[in-house]
Amino acid sequence: MGAPVPWWRHRRLLPWLVQGVAGLGLLVLTAAVVTNLVRNLSHAGMLLSWRWLGTPAGFDLGESLIPFDASKPYWLALVSGLLNTLRVVAAGLVGSTLVGTAVGVASFSSNILLQRLARLYVALIRNSPLLMQLLFWYFIVFLSLPADQAAIQLPGLVLCRSGLYLIQPHLHLGQWQAHLQLSIEFMALFTGLVIYSGAFIAEVVRGGIASVPQGQWEAARALGLKPPQILRTIVLPQALRVIVPGLNNQYISLAKNSSLALACGYSDLYSVAETSLNQTGRAVEVVLLVLGSYLLIDLLISALMNGLNAFVQIKER
Amino acid sequence: MTALWRALRRGLFANPLDGLITIALLLLLGHGIRALVHWAVHQAQWTVIKANSTLLALGRYPEPDRWRLWLVLALLCSASGLSWGLLRGPGWPRPDRISATALSLLAGLLPLALDLEPRVRWSWLALAALLLIWRWAVGHCRPALPPWLLRCWPLIWPLVYLLGMALIAGCPGLKPVPPTLWGGLLLTLVEACFAWLMCFPLGVLLALCRRSDLPLLRWGAVVYIELIRGAPLITLLFLGQNMLGFVLPGGLSPDRVWRAAWVLTLFAAAYVAEAVRAGLASVPRGQIEAARALGLNPLQTQARVVLPQALKVALPSLVGQFITLFQDTTLLSLIGLMDLLGTARSVLANPQFLGRNAEVYLVLAVLFWSCCTALALGSRALERRLRHEPSATQP
Repeated sequence: MGAPVPWWRHRRLLPWLVQGVAGLGLLVLTAAVVTNLVRNLSHAGMLLSWRWLGTPAGFDLGESLIPFDASKPYWLALVSGLLNTLRVVAAGLVGSTLVGTAVGVASFSSNILLQRLARLYVALIRNSPLLMQLLFWYFIVFLSLPADQAAIQLPGLVLCRSGLYLIQPHLHLGQWQAHLQLSIEFMALFTGLVIYSGAFIAEVVRGGIASVPQGQWEAARALGLKPPQILRTIVLPQALRVIVPGLNNQYISLAKNSSLALACGYSDLYSVAETSLNQTGRAVEVVLLVLGSYLLIDLLISALMNGLNAFVQIKER
Repeated sequence: MTALWRALRRGLFANPLDGLITIALLLLLGHGIRALVHWAVHQAQWTVIKANSTLLALGRYPEPDRWRLWLVLALLCSASGLSWGLLRGPGWPRPDRISATALSLLAGLLPLALDLEPRVRWSWLALAALLLIWRWAVGHCRPALPPWLLRCWPLIWPLVYLLGMALIAGCPGLKPVPPTLWGGLLLTLVEACFAWLMCFPLGVLLALCRRSDLPLLRWGAVVYIELIRGAPLITLLFLGQNMLGFVLPGGLSPDRVWRAAWVLTLFAAAYVAEAVRAGLASVPRGQIEAARALGLNPLQTQARVVLPQALKVALPSLVGQFITLFQDTTLLSLIGLMDLLGTARSVLANPQFLGRNAEVYLVLAVLFWSCCTALALGSRALERRLRHEPSATQP
């Protein structure tokens, strides 16, 4: 037999040794970070405090769902930013699901042109950075819209540089007004997110449809069903079991990507937080609030999607 | 002819609805392409690109030290040619011929289109020639090379990076160039390459920890990965810029450029870890048991048996992560760094080029798109090659 095993390589001891070393390392790192943080913060006179949240913000927001002006406190500005984020995320989820499903289904079309265009869309969008796309939509498309007087008018819809007006738009003192008004900042972010996430969701949908065995299509055709009917009643219900888990990831990245709103001037949570930090210098508190909010949004989406997933999975009998 | 006609009819005009869709799409496409061509030829003013091509490529890198960047490019071309030759062997199959032609055309025509000086134009051609010569020479010699060399070649990339950084930033004997002067494509590539090289080992380590039997390591990795994946990159970059100074002992805080590079690395590592974890999960349990039965210790089992198979499976999603990372570097412009997009925005803020958004963003988009597509195509070729190699899982 070879040399005896050294004591530290004993089967029971080794795992504890490794964990002990790792734990000690983590502990030392955390301690160093916390002591440095406390020392540097107290040096700068900025120890953790939440009192600044109640002081007037002193800046105005481009748009807000709740009444807001510069005299309102910081916490209200942050809540307003959060609501703006939730608004664009909710609209984006619906929009990108519609676009993604349409394009995903189109990539199985019998029409070669439609099929190729669907693939081209996915290839073009997925390989260029989202930030560039947002800048494109804001600076090149939406900022070059005509002014109020020369607005693009369709039945029930008016589009011009001051925004999109839906549901009974009418001119009032040279300005458009309607029941639903959306700013071009919102529209640019919304369009960018929908087009970008739509390409990723199209791939998820395509993968889901491809996972349904060919025999299912053939059997449905043999029963005399029409293609749209086959898709709706046979293929999509089965594909959904593969699609829903994939959608969860895409929805979460859409929520995170909405933080690029800064690029097109939309006052979402992150851009309000950045302004607040620049004014107050409260780095730790602001970062904690923002990270916590995004984690909550992610958890919310995950919880909803898990519910949906439980609903579409095969019920074992 | 009739066969083609029949195929077209079946593909485009199978029934009235199909025909209607086809005609509508053709009209839309025709209109779009005509408008784009009209804009590109008549309305766009491409002088903004010609006048700023050097700024977009290098930022404010000092003029007398630019020869160092040419040297870095030569190193990069040699390494690429070497890798290409080692991967493909002596022949020149069709994809290789197409890539070589495209590369030579690009090196010849792009500097011409940008109105660069003749000296610079010739340098680009020389660089392309260097790459192709390495490809040819190494491909030719590959059958004669010892197998250990074939296994070790990926190691030249970290080496090229270290040498390149020494040349770019300056080392003993060379004048230092501070990171504040790097900009444009140069800064984008420096950041992306640093993050690519560093996030890979970190990600593998995190994935191994997450699948480990030791609860402390497992939970540490889980908490780290999930926290990072739950946060938008921009907030983390913001955290890096604003809080790193508070966390480190006074005066030790790295430069803004390197802070951002570390945040990118730590961010990408969490995603790489998930990709590697999926690969690890695909390795059959029997492989580990067999390795243990042969007397390999846990470290050897992972390094020699499990990881090679897992990485092969994880390759497509790893390259996907690398592509995303490259695209994510654009976010640096939002925290005030002069990367490619940041430089472009500073050019657009210049009153002389006001309103030239479309030209600049279009060029940037084409650049990013072709880089990402080239990466994706390259990874697909590598994947195909790895699939043909004899592997442990196949009998």
